[in-house]
Amino acid sequence: MTTVDTDSPGIPAATDGAQRAKPFFDTRLGRVLTALVSVGLGVLVWQLLSLRVPPLFLPSPWLTLQAVGELWDDGTLIQSIGASLARIMVGWSLGLVIGIPVGILMGYFAIVRRLLDPYVEFFRFIPPIAFVTLAVIWLGPGEASKVALILYTTIFIVMINTIAGVLSVSDLRLRAAAALGANRLQTLITVIVPSTVPYMVTGARLAMGNSFLTIVSAEIVAAQVGLGSMIWTSRNYGKTEWVFVGIITLGLLGYVCDRVVRFTVARLLRRYAVAV
Amino acid sequence: MSEPHKADDSASVCTGAEIKLERVGIAFGESRIVTGIDLTVAPGEFVCLLGPSGCGKSTLLNLVAGFLPASSGRVSVGGKAVTGPSVDRGVVFQSTEALFPWLTVSENVEYGPRMRGVPRRERAELARHYVELVGLTHAADRLPGELSGGMRLRALMACLRVNEPSVVLMDEPFGALDAQTREVMQAEVDRIWRATKPTILFITHDIWEAIQLGDRIITMTAGPDARLKNVAAVAIPHPRDLAAPASVELYRELREDIGSEVRRVLQAQGLARAESARDAA
Repeated sequence: MTTVDTDSPGIPAATDGAQRAKPFFDTRLGRVLTALVSVGLGVLVWQLLSLRVPPLFLPSPWLTLQAVGELWDDGTLIQSIGASLARIMVGWSLGLVIGIPVGILMGYFAIVRRLLDPYVEFFRFIPPIAFVTLAVIWLGPGEASKVALILYTTIFIVMINTIAGVLSVSDLRLRAAAALGANRLQTLITVIVPSTVPYMVTGARLAMGNSFLTIVSAEIVAAQVGLGSMIWTSRNYGKTEWVFVGIITLGLLGYVCDRVVRFTVARLLRRYAVAV
Repeated sequence: MSEPHKADDSASVCTGAEIKLERVGIAFGESRIVTGIDLTVAPGEFVCLLGPSGCGKSTLLNLVAGFLPASSGRVSVGGKAVTGPSVDRGVVFQSTEALFPWLTVSENVEYGPRMRGVPRRERAELARHYVELVGLTHAADRLPGELSGGMRLRALMACLRVNEPSVVLMDEPFGALDAQTREVMQAEVDRIWRATKPTILFITHDIWEAIQLGDRIITMTAGPDARLKNVAAVAIPHPRDLAAPASVELYRELREDIGSEVRRVLQAQGLARAESARDAA
């Protein structure tokens, strides 16, 4: 035992001390400015491109902004946001309320997993748009069909993440609980569920993204209001700029929703070591 | 044991249960981990199991804890065959991750009583008592992630003590601690557990640690197919002076004992390598 580990002889000692101060782009202000510059450049490129083609093909940023004003003034935009957001929230919440417990049971009881796995593995590859017609036939043209499609797009991803969480609970933790007297059901509630929280959150965030992807197809048929329906209707009037308004609003809304989820989780679930 | 430990009389009531392993073997498929283990740990005795890494010490401990079934032979604690984990057998794991990170120190300590259905107020009282006993009252409302390694270990001790186990199984509990903290913790284990005298099976590869703590030190041969090798009764009075000639003498013996196993393994590996090199040539 005389040799010393000489795997990395050439690596110099850690370099710091010289550069205590953060570089500007790492400060809070710097980060915000960087993001703004990035967005600004994007709008500039958009503007330049729109100069060379007709507005039906690509409306300019200014035209789009005017369309925002129009749609805002007559209440269409706020109504659409409200309708779509309500559908997403209801469908997504239902998806979590059903998906998380089912995922926990599937992860913990092998028999439940084997029974349900074929369905999960089958349906999770079928996009919600394939079910649009069926949803309307079965649930009618009202809110139910749209909420059902959001639920559908949410539930599998939440289940799969939750199952992965349950399966990754360390043996050590389970043994510790058993040695402290927890029975199987108590272990499920006091160890498995809290240990799985970070996975549930990941599933919920991914599902939130999916919900925004799905809302447009959910509103293809028989929706009077909603961002998706607004995009589809604009087509009939040849109002490309309204399509742009719909798209941009969806993107911003999704971003805001994710921020809200992250903020809430960071506040409420800090104990469960959720990294957001 | 020759030397009854001097603790205050009221607390030194012997609560330990006998651990008995008879012709115990564990195999996973074809590979035999340990074979022919015969071991009796007397009630209240502190036995250190010392052996090179990978010799199956932890496997043996998991067996007594009830996490693993024996492939052959019989394991019993207090005369009853071990069929699964029990609150009567407390386990201190290699890693202090065994605390639930989402529960505060006192909530962790309350966990055992909670599982047993002890009413809320009563178990809060219990938690307060045992948290105080390990000197963590100031940190009772902190999460494990906010504690040092030594504090986490003390919290873990409180989690066990609240269940008043008759057997405590410790699997290299100080492995992750720095040398100074380790020394303090060894003294704490001595103090905390000698007071109630449960039977303790303590696994370590640190010879000094074994001498510091054990009533008996049992060495194991290198795995696979490991066996118990030698038994050394430690007749040095507590608190033990590791610099005393008796300690040093014992250290020499144990080091030779373990060292020969390690050399045997290294030699076997070296020979294997030489042979495969010859084959390749």
